[in-house]
Amino acid sequence: MLTRIEWDWEPGSREIANIGQWQKKFNWIEEPYVSPNGERIAAIVNLAEGEFNVCVNGEAWETVFDKIWHLRFAPDGRLAAFVSEMGEWTVAVDGSAWEHKFGYVWDMMFSPDGKNIAVAVQQDMKYSMALNDVVWAETFSNMTNPTLSPDGSRTAAAVQVVDFSEGQIHKFQEGVFTAALDGKTWDAQFVNVWRTAISADSQNLAAEVRLDLYDYTIAVNGTPWPQTFDCVWEPIIHPQNGAVIAPVRTNGKWFLAQDGQILWDRKFVQLWHPMVSPNGHTLAAIVAPKYGRWTMAVDGRPWRVTFKDLLTDAVFSPDGKRVAAVAKNDARWLMVVDGAVWQNTFDRVWQPIFSPTGETVAAKIERNGKYSLAVNDRIWHQAFDAIWNPVFSPEGDKILLRTLQDDIYTRHVLPIEEILR
Amino acid sequence: MTEAAVKEEKKITDEGLEVGVQNLTAERIQKVINRVLKGESGARLKAYVDTCVHCGLCSEACHYYLSHDKDPQYSPVGKVKQTLWKMLKARGNVSADFIKRASEIASTECNACKRCAMYCPFGIDIAYMMLTVRRICHLLGVTPLYIQDTAHSHAVTMNQMWIKDDEWIDTLQWQEEEAQAEIPTLRIPLEREGADIMYSVIGPEPKFQAQLLYQAAVIMDVAGVDWTMPATPGWDNSDMAMYTGDNEIMGRVKRAHFETAARLRVNRIVMGECGHAFRSVYDMGNRWLGWRMPPIPIVHAIDFYYELIQNKKITITEKFKEPVTLHDPCNVIRGGGLAEKARYVVNAICEELIEMHPNREHNYCCCAGGGVINCGPPYKMTRMDGNRIKAEQLFAAKSRGAKILIAPCHNCHSGLEDINHHYGLGYEIKFISDILYEVMDKPA
Repeated sequence: MLTRIEWDWEPGSREIANIGQWQKKFNWIEEPYVSPNGERIAAIVNLAEGEFNVCVNGEAWETVFDKIWHLRFAPDGRLAAFVSEMGEWTVAVDGSAWEHKFGYVWDMMFSPDGKNIAVAVQQDMKYSMALNDVVWAETFSNMTNPTLSPDGSRTAAAVQVVDFSEGQIHKFQEGVFTAALDGKTWDAQFVNVWRTAISADSQNLAAEVRLDLYDYTIAVNGTPWPQTFDCVWEPIIHPQNGAVIAPVRTNGKWFLAQDGQILWDRKFVQLWHPMVSPNGHTLAAIVAPKYGRWTMAVDGRPWRVTFKDLLTDAVFSPDGKRVAAVAKNDARWLMVVDGAVWQNTFDRVWQPIFSPTGETVAAKIERNGKYSLAVNDRIWHQAFDAIWNPVFSPEGDKILLRTLQDDIYTRHVLPIEEILR
Repeated sequence: MTEAAVKEEKKITDEGLEVGVQNLTAERIQKVINRVLKGESGARLKAYVDTCVHCGLCSEACHYYLSHDKDPQYSPVGKVKQTLWKMLKARGNVSADFIKRASEIASTECNACKRCAMYCPFGIDIAYMMLTVRRICHLLGVTPLYIQDTAHSHAVTMNQMWIKDDEWIDTLQWQEEEAQAEIPTLRIPLEREGADIMYSVIGPEPKFQAQLLYQAAVIMDVAGVDWTMPATPGWDNSDMAMYTGDNEIMGRVKRAHFETAARLRVNRIVMGECGHAFRSVYDMGNRWLGWRMPPIPIVHAIDFYYELIQNKKITITEKFKEPVTLHDPCNVIRGGGLAEKARYVVNAICEELIEMHPNREHNYCCCAGGGVINCGPPYKMTRMDGNRIKAEQLFAAKSRGAKILIAPCHNCHSGLEDINHHYGLGYEIKFISDILYEVMDKPA
């Protein structure tokens, strides 16, 4: 697999495939997906009743399956999907099925480098996870909220460790759930365990838990914080110092807490999606400073601009100095960078993407039913039936844009200056 | 109408209440009541309490009151008097037995249908007060067992039927395969990011009523809708935690729902024929989270069918012949203003609509909503005895020729089935989609 620097960054447009021609070969073609480097386009295709395959740049995989769903390219360019044969399910990567087969398989997760693929699995109504075709030794009556560690080496989930029947409410309230890391459960049990976070070194596991019907907190490696709250949201673990950070609710307001202690000196109507900058210096979260108004808070300070409907998809620049997010006001989608709203508004806009230096922000946008690219509040002059998220070159001076127009899939390399001209 | 079964007074035993009160102390009761009344309910509750002049005009609005021969104990104000007013007057110093009875009244003798709010000269929202009582009872651990179990299901799975993550996806794929027997190229597109619409349903559909998923898929396919369904938790729009007073779980479930729609970057969420879920996504759940309005617009099925028919995305082969009557669900008609659109749809697909009276926002409740039917079998007779007036209303429509009862809400549908059977009304009860699917133009 070529690294990003080795991709074809020669400016220009190159037609990769005409997926319209695939129509002649198959009963139907499902929605296509494209490889990170833009060189391949793939889709699940139906050949006949109960016969499915994957078509990549016009070539089908060797094996035909009874059913295929969730086709996705991993960040390293491998193509993975859930496939079924003879009533059993597994993962197929570039057409090769894993050795292990399951009753069902879902929730595919990739590590950032794409080398690791994790999935949730069910066999004989017992639940566990599998990582790169290696299955947990332990299985559980139920499992929710599967997670993959940042380095892709370990998996975790909330698991049920005590059987109970529907209607046994008091047994349930004694605590029948815990968290498991690579299948190894905590000793402590809780009424509920929700989202888990694995530390950067993969040694620690944190989770949001409910101790009884009313008291919530964060548990780290099975030990709850001494402090309890009226509610909590998902924790994150600081990649550098290992501190556990989570939104907590007390007396009707939300705060950001670190290792059980209130961190920021402000309270909010809502606070969620906390995130740490890549350099570890800055904390940010999506907040509602007052009822019905949404914005970002960076190190506890909310942006002056607020939005009515929604703020979502927040992201730090690689150097950690900038924050961009998508907002929505009265059905118009907006891009906000460091608290400044782009003048252009959109029917829809997707997650902002920073250039490696953080100077440039690009995003996929929709206007009047066509899709295009916006860079630093400038809209590229061409629009398409479909596009995928833009990708910056390693130097940040070009953008790879993958587009579909009239069934022609094209790979474009655009100098930034051309878009900003 | 046949004679109802001979009424037999029977003490209701509910483990959720019985065990719950055993753990109460006077201090805990007082602390929780004062926490809710002073810390959570605030100005809204105070305004209601201070404004009510005890006129009793709300009484005639309540189906329980009317069905119990105008017994004042069943009047809306009577229920407030027996619960919240006593808590306020005693500053929270009430007994465990009082809490048990308050839970029973608030959870099973009020459907939170808000009809009474229309009859109050001041517009006092008594349903809100009953839900405040439920909130207190939740924080005291005294909630009817069946609905508490449902709230637990929401907490674990984010759906109300203990449906596990894989079972949901598997059910959609099963229904897709079933529907492909009728339309070979039909798909239920999973996780199709950027689709126009995310279609969301309530837990009972995959659990017991998978044919509704089938019908929805056919309607979407024939209408050429660009749609998707999530393959993750967040697919269920229902919310019984809203009705147990477990606001924190209500918020968690609604967050999953809206963030799933935002992740899929859809323009709109279209929801199936459910009433309470509409209230949860359009009013209570979103607002508890801090969203004044849903962050992704919500379109109820009635509104969606209206749009499809008016825009000729769906055309009708031949209208449904048998005379129908239409039940107006409180949350989408009184709460959502869809009365005329519902009639537009029903008239477009049926030869004859025979109105029941009263109708539209004045319609009588089904006595199942507000979480009452979810309190389970112990309270079935509470619902039957408490809604004789509905049986009389339905009987009157039947005597004018109605044969089919359309109930575009899951709880209404189930509750009216019970009323229909108990009072021997002889209706066949259908969702709008049952008829729409039957009469629409489909590929040969």
